[in-house]
Amino acid sequence: MSKRTSLFRRHQEAGAKIVDFAGWEMPITYTSIVPEHTAVRERAGLFDVSHMGQITVEGKESLPFLQKICTNDISLCKQGHGIYSHLCNENGGVIDDIFVYFVGSDQYLVVVNAATIEKDWNWFLKNKSDGLLLNNKSDSLSMVALQGPLSEKVLSKLFQTLPSRHQVSSCAFEGESLLICRTGYTGEDGFEMIVPNPAAEKLWDQILSAGKEWNVVPCGLGARDTLRLEAGYLLYGQDVDDAHTSIESGPQWVIKFNKDNFIGKESLLQQKQGNLKRKLMAFKCLERGIPRHGATILMDGNPAGIVTSGSFSPILRCGIALGYVPPNSEGKFAIECSGKSVAATITKLPFYKKGE
Amino acid sequence: MDDLNQIKFAKTHEWIAPDGTVGISDHAQKEITDVVFIELPQTGKTVSQESEAGTIESVKAAFPIYAPVSGQVVAVNQDLSQDPSLVNQSPYGKGWIFKLKIADSNELNSLMTHSQYQEFLKSSEPVH
Repeated sequence: MSKRTSLFRRHQEAGAKIVDFAGWEMPITYTSIVPEHTAVRERAGLFDVSHMGQITVEGKESLPFLQKICTNDISLCKQGHGIYSHLCNENGGVIDDIFVYFVGSDQYLVVVNAATIEKDWNWFLKNKSDGLLLNNKSDSLSMVALQGPLSEKVLSKLFQTLPSRHQVSSCAFEGESLLICRTGYTGEDGFEMIVPNPAAEKLWDQILSAGKEWNVVPCGLGARDTLRLEAGYLLYGQDVDDAHTSIESGPQWVIKFNKDNFIGKESLLQQKQGNLKRKLMAFKCLERGIPRHGATILMDGNPAGIVTSGSFSPILRCGIALGYVPPNSEGKFAIECSGKSVAATITKLPFYKKGE
Repeated sequence: MDDLNQIKFAKTHEWIAPDGTVGISDHAQKEITDVVFIELPQTGKTVSQESEAGTIESVKAAFPIYAPVSGQVVAVNQDLSQDPSLVNQSPYGKGWIFKLKIADSNELNSLMTHSQYQEFLKSSEPVH
């Protein structure tokens, strides 16, 4: 039986197309991908991301604990800020990609992927030290994301103060405590808001009605996927997983080798100094064609890798893809698209950057 | 195509008019959404019934277009190269895809009328 978020009724009322995602019944589209994608790039769009997990880490041991399990240097994250990191196993394989928010003195909130909540939770328990207080709040919290250039304007109508980029603040909302994080997964300015389930519908409704004058629309996971791919963000379980290491997947800055020991450091260091077999690279099609997940990447006519994420980019108006190929590959690339070999070139991430 | 009762439908959601014009149904375009481009068949190509005659690429996936009956491709809708969204906007009109010289009009009998197609949709799984 699939799980439903507290906003499921809203999605049904809006006529959303519902699909199963990581065991959740989630809206894939309300209208279709392109208009929802464009709304976020030009105005703002509202996403239900309540399927994602939230784990609180509290106590004096919280920073040492996070330093041990995270590849990024959590000590660089000041109170009231957030930081992206990978969790790695001893082999450097990626258990999950997460966002850590430093919400209060010795208090952190970790936002994890929906499909990995249980795996992460068990990993946390396995590596916890005495005096550490862990709480898996995933089932009791809802999360919505307002993304797009007009997000700040919209939320300013509802809240007196808003956090700056990558910062987090809390306030009262409908008698509940609301956490506002200025982060996202679209490459646009935006906010992710975490609230106890009973207030989720009110938050959703109020944001949509505040955004009405700018035609802010609800957006599904379909647009979320094309937006994050254009912005060059990895999708856990597809672009990176336990079998691929942080070195292979990148981004490079997510591993801080100059910090003390963390799980996976030795393996990752060995990989960095040795010979990498594969590296996640970004491809842009030079001809008409849309790379899809699982498509073969060809180098000089020979199979060199597989597309992990691929789509048509509504903004660039061409096919874009991520895929693992041998590092420093040089040659003529092509991607098999609907049975045809389509010329492609390696490009830098992100595919799309605001203002370019 | 003003009169849907004049056209026949395949289970794979293509329609064909008595003059051999082929397109995809309104139901199919709604499922496919956001058509980005269409791989059209070559004019002059011979296709057999239910064989793949082209591909519709939308943002979300690629969908094959099957020939509703056997025949020879005598025209393709060149407007679709400029504006593939015509398939979404006008699936029975400006969004037609190609035209067949029908080889055997008896094959039309294996297709559904519009009302049969509506019934078929009620009883079948979504396209995707």
